[in-house]
Amino acid sequence: MSKMRIEVIDRRTFLIGAGASAAALAGLASIANATPEQAADFLAKLTGGAKPADGKVKIEMPEIAENGATVPTKVSADSPMTDKDYCKSITLISTKNPAPHICTFHFTPRSGKAFASIRVRMATTQDVWAVAQMSDGSWHIAKTTVKVTIGGCGG
Amino acid sequence: MAKARVKVPKTAKAGDVITIKTLIKHKMESGNRKDKKTGKKIPRHIIDKFTARFNGEEFFSSDWMGGVSANPYCAFNCKVDKSGEFEFIWHDEKGEEFTAKAKITVA
Repeated sequence: MSKMRIEVIDRRTFLIGAGASAAALAGLASIANATPEQAADFLAKLTGGAKPADGKVKIEMPEIAENGATVPTKVSADSPMTDKDYCKSITLISTKNPAPHICTFHFTPRSGKAFASIRVRMATTQDVWAVAQMSDGSWHIAKTTVKVTIGGCGG
Repeated sequence: MAKARVKVPKTAKAGDVITIKTLIKHKMESGNRKDKKTGKKIPRHIIDKFTARFNGEEFFSSDWMGGVSANPYCAFNCKVDKSGEFEFIWHDEKGEEFTAKAKITVA
């Protein structure tokens, strides 16, 4: 069983390799992807330098995304969503896409839940961050890793 | 050009938090792709803002960048306590706007 699995992966890796070469020939390899440092810079600008705390915010993405062009993503924050205490926004940040900022969701108490589901592009295997701002001004962060077999930002 | 689809429950009880699903047909050209024949970059053309209103009050919105997939899908919630109408607006960075509406009866 385990032997078969390895064979399958090898074949797949080979095919991806072939695809990547073709893409390089077509001149697509020149797309410069952002680095985790740029993602950190973007995060610092977003929060105004405040260091976000862990917890309170959740990000759900598949561990392995076969197609990087459309990766289902769910974000949520633990908040009562009352007029006095609610989650204002959640921002999705990529550490290896061409641009770190993917999207931002803005909530109001009327949203009922600090939850949103969207499909995003993933250029390559990378960490993705969800950063939430609460109505008291505090920032929270959650991170996840997505393995991408076929990137979704070029081609 | 763009075609929007929204899924909103027809009825709900007062105080319910309902889930709304939206989808719009749009290529969300990221600006990173190159034309295979000419080798030139295809200019960016995306929907950059999505807004959801209930009875005229904005309760959810989202800023989108090139990292959002083509034909963007977005699901979110709303707390309803009276009947009314939802309005969804997708704003294209070229200035075009697409809207969709849906009614809900709240008992």
